[in-house]
Amino acid sequence: MTRVRRGLAAIGHALPWAVAIVYFYAAASYLSFGTHVMIWILFAMSLDLALGYAGILTLGHAGFFGLGAYAAGLFAIHLSPDPILGHLAAIGAAVLFGAVSGAMILHTSGVTLLMLTLAIVSVMSEYANQARALTGGDDGLQGIRLGPIFGIFEFNIFGKTAYVYALIVLFSWFLLAWRIVHSPFGRSLDGIRQNPRRMRAIGTPVWWRLLAIYTISAAMAGSAGALSAHATRFVGLSVLSLLTSGIVTVVLILGGTRRIYGAFLGATIYFVVQDYSAKISPFFWEFVVGFMLIATVLLFEGGLLDLGPAVLRLRDRWRVAREQK
Amino acid sequence: MLSFALTILLDGISYGMILFLISVGLTVTMGLMRIVNLAHGSFAMIGGYVAGYLTQHGGNFYLAVLAAAAVTAMLGGIVEMTIYRPLYRKGELAQVLLTVGIVFVATGAITGVFGAFPYPVVFPAYLTRPIDIGFRDYPAYRLFLIAAGAVIAAALWFVIDNSIYGARLRAAVDNPRMARAVGMNVSLLFTGTFVVGCALAGLGGAIGAGILSLEPAYALKYIVLFLVVVIVGGEGSVEGSFVAAMALGIIDTIGKYFVAEAAPYLLYAAVFGLLLWRPSGLLPPKSAI
Repeated sequence: MTRVRRGLAAIGHALPWAVAIVYFYAAASYLSFGTHVMIWILFAMSLDLALGYAGILTLGHAGFFGLGAYAAGLFAIHLSPDPILGHLAAIGAAVLFGAVSGAMILHTSGVTLLMLTLAIVSVMSEYANQARALTGGDDGLQGIRLGPIFGIFEFNIFGKTAYVYALIVLFSWFLLAWRIVHSPFGRSLDGIRQNPRRMRAIGTPVWWRLLAIYTISAAMAGSAGALSAHATRFVGLSVLSLLTSGIVTVVLILGGTRRIYGAFLGATIYFVVQDYSAKISPFFWEFVVGFMLIATVLLFEGGLLDLGPAVLRLRDRWRVAREQK
Repeated sequence: MLSFALTILLDGISYGMILFLISVGLTVTMGLMRIVNLAHGSFAMIGGYVAGYLTQHGGNFYLAVLAAAAVTAMLGGIVEMTIYRPLYRKGELAQVLLTVGIVFVATGAITGVFGAFPYPVVFPAYLTRPIDIGFRDYPAYRLFLIAAGAVIAAALWFVIDNSIYGARLRAAVDNPRMARAVGMNVSLLFTGTFVVGCALAGLGGAIGAGILSLEPAYALKYIVLFLVVVIVGGEGSVEGSFVAAMALGIIDTIGKYFVAEAAPYLLYAAVFGLLLWRPSGLLPPKSAI
């Protein structure tokens, strides 16, 4: 690697965090939008670990996000207004649920696995809808009151605290995710995705590895859910819907799977486009997002992060074609 | 007591017939091409809206249903040849994403054209009245569903079991590679099957609109049900999906009558348990065993 390339890579690594910090000062009146985007980056990153790296075909990640959100909200209402404790409780709930549900379903694969994840999230959604006394049903969970973080930083209406809180949580999870995917454990997940049978043959405990990454991913998604409950002081029933799972998959794929940074790019673009196209007309964004998805799959499999290489490939093909004439 | 049980049975069967009509195309396409197709519900939805639009503007109900089937068949053919073709060689993830993308596009387009509110299909007056079936009055609409479903299921059975097309289809589902090797044009067979499957979905969406009500969220809301039918029945197994559709229809109806609160759990718990017990469905085609 040349020095220039290394320098470029360093700039690339610093870029998203620099943007986040600049945004904090430059767009003080849109901070809640930034917080929202960061929450979804975290959510998409969690899906990247399970779906992108380990190849666990799931449409049930909304379940962990929703569980985290409801757990954080209920903890604040019934037990303690401390956000840190609530956040940890939400992660704990997601870990527990991820480990138990993962242990039950991870020996299947493909469409069967997809259906099982769908069934789980459907049951959760149905439960949240019917247990009105606990969750508020389709009115959503209201009346969440939070104390200051560490007893110092109050959540205010401008959302500064929430923004910094989300940024720090995202950065911590990012470091962990980066460490994981570049570890031997992360490499073995790559292998399991490509060929589980061969991995089993060379002695990898496939089921345990999948369970481990599924649980970690659940913890991250639950953490994103807790952030969302804390930042908006509200949990709507829609967090448990199939649409939520769909959107997070779209976000991840738009940015590109298996690159960690894909989630950053995908979430930013998705929500900016949604914000603009929803202003034109509320249904329009669904249309646009659908087209983005179809185009992403058909044209550049690696997501938008792959746009540069895709253009280069086209250029090469064009050159070859010209030389053949 | 007996008449009550019969009522539940009839309700369950008519519901199951709709599930079967819409899902049968899905099971064959998923079995034949091993493709994860989450967009199938969109075709049922579009068929329903076509029929809804025509009947609301004074069109004949049966012609409207035929038009719904024709429109979805055409759409299915176009989509298969342009969008699905490149997808067969890609992974399951790409298939899930692209078909979810189609669902989003369809939902957005339907909302844009018809609005976000439920959109009824106008049934002929004699279908909306209850008729006397011996032990009680029963909605004619549901009897119509049972009859229509039974006729179509029988026709499908006949074609698949007795025609050369059916024999080719069964061979290709069991072993697509071998089918290609002996000179069958599996791609063409698949396009044809896909078109028929979409037409049946459109037809099912149109005549089933009295049970699965039409709204833009239709495609996303009911696809889980259709997939459950396919997976529980075993991908590629028409008999399996018939059994699964009937079972789901009856289980769901029983649940709604007796334990209204827990009905959704009952359905999903049954599916969950079954898939853990038999991951490739009730009656998987031979190649899947």
